[in-house]
Amino acid sequence: MTADKGKVEIRNLDVRFGRGANQIEAVSDVNINIQPGEFVSILGPSGCGKSTLLNVVAGFVKRSGGSVLVDGADVLGPGAERGMVFQQYSLFPWMTVRKNVEFGLKMQGRPRSEREAAARTLLGLAGLLAFENHYPDQLSGGMKQRVGIVRALATSPQVLLMDEPFGALDAQTRVVMQQILTNMWQRFRLSVLFITHDIDESIFLSDKVYVMTARPGRIKAEIEVPLPRPRVAEMTTSAEFMQLRRQLHELIREESFKAMGGDLKEGMGGFGMEVGPRGVAELI
Amino acid sequence: MRTAELINFHEEPNDAASASAPTTESANDQSGTIVKPPAIPTGQAAPKGMVWRNMADWFTRNIGSAALALTSIALFIGFWYLAVKYRLDFYVRFINIPAPLDVLDEIVRLSKTDTFYENMLISLRRILMGFGIAVVSGITLGLIIGRYRRARQLMFPMLEILRPIPAIAWVPMAIMLWPTNESSIVFITFIGSFFPIMLSTVHGVTSVDPVLIRAARCLGAKEPALLRQVILPAALPDIFNGLSVGMGVAWVSLIAAEMISGQLGIGYFTWEAYSLIQYSDIVIGMIVIGFLGLACSSAIRLVGRLGMPWANQNGGNKA
Repeated sequence: MTADKGKVEIRNLDVRFGRGANQIEAVSDVNINIQPGEFVSILGPSGCGKSTLLNVVAGFVKRSGGSVLVDGADVLGPGAERGMVFQQYSLFPWMTVRKNVEFGLKMQGRPRSEREAAARTLLGLAGLLAFENHYPDQLSGGMKQRVGIVRALATSPQVLLMDEPFGALDAQTRVVMQQILTNMWQRFRLSVLFITHDIDESIFLSDKVYVMTARPGRIKAEIEVPLPRPRVAEMTTSAEFMQLRRQLHELIREESFKAMGGDLKEGMGGFGMEVGPRGVAELI
Repeated sequence: MRTAELINFHEEPNDAASASAPTTESANDQSGTIVKPPAIPTGQAAPKGMVWRNMADWFTRNIGSAALALTSIALFIGFWYLAVKYRLDFYVRFINIPAPLDVLDEIVRLSKTDTFYENMLISLRRILMGFGIAVVSGITLGLIIGRYRRARQLMFPMLEILRPIPAIAWVPMAIMLWPTNESSIVFITFIGSFFPIMLSTVHGVTSVDPVLIRAARCLGAKEPALLRQVILPAALPDIFNGLSVGMGVAWVSLIAAEMISGQLGIGYFTWEAYSLIQYSDIVIGMIVIGFLGLACSSAIRLVGRLGMPWANQNGGNKA
């Protein structure tokens, strides 16, 4: 569908909030490349600025320096060529499931019959056709997020931006949703920028994982995931997967403790323990 | 776990996936909020005792509540009857108050006259106009003030000064401002209902979940579409709260205006009855006002239910 489109280039990106002494550096000198049709994850501890990074690509947050190009075009604001899926689902509660999916097409001024047909096809793919006339409040979390993904896909975006989309789901639903997403991706072959703090999730879904440091968010490592496609659940127990998981775990653990800040260290110190960030990890 | 069919749906036609979805969800999701298309229990009748108990439940619920409602009304009328009969005079004086049966006779007599209905219709028309103008202007202004900071800074302080002035206090000013009695009464009705409607719209707009606005913008919504198709519907539950309150205040203002400056209308009818010493008519005027007000509030609630089907799917917990 969009095999040759969806190239994202993030160059030397800086994002700073506030002014003067209160200025916070959220993202610093980030470089990310997404090839057309590539699934890329950004993995980092909470509060590391990975959502900020995504919001810059979405066009909601202004960058302080650097450039963000999607298919060579500078990102100036939000647009339908960059579909977004939010952790909080963000479905319109006053619209039925189908009307939610149709919304983007309606904004493009497509005729009703075309919108309906497109929405029903996509809902069928996500296994939600039976629920097209339900309201979002009548659905479970996993179903809501499937609607959210389908809604973002309806306008045929060049790149799909996903901000911890499964973060609010329970562990079992999460695993099923990951499988659904990877199948969908296999089918549509569009570029995805996926934000997560879940190591397994990032390996299972991605072609490439960028590990981000605690604030200010920098890219600490870029890890290729050589697992074959299509991805299936059995791969999560393979030696290759385990190896990647260990590697990422090592990278992310240091950052998690850094992100939790000095309090933890001092708190531990109060118990008469000598610990660095690594030390705390060892203790726990 | 029966997830296999679903998981492989990318190779399957739609129907297989959609058919397996509900089972998968219910197996995997413990949140308990799934509503499946209603399952029809065929050939599996509930045990007989259950049916009887359910019917008994229904009766106690509905007949019971109706009986309670009637009891309070009967007690009220009974007290009224006795108080008049024994000429109760203990701080409150029932000496000049007409008895319930006198009032009933008067209702029968009045219901054969045209002016009685004319008074009602005129009041309803004034409500419809004053309230209607308040709805259109209150919601429009509320949307603008709620959405745009500059508009808020410009208009809100002035509106905040005008707001505490009760509609009744506008009566003399309204009489001077407007060329006809009719237009000044409509104006007072408007003033009364405008503020609750406008303020609740502002509240609704400012409390729209920002992530919904982001989602809409990501889907290509520009400002006009955002206002009409996202912010307005998101604010509707709050707006309808404002409409209910506004309708109540509209009646208060209308009756006051009709009593002071009116010709015709149910408020005027009530006040005139006092001047003409037709005490039964006072009571009738009050009862009619009560019922018309109730009818108008019910109409708003009905429109709210029809206009916001999503808000009462789960028992209206999303208001």
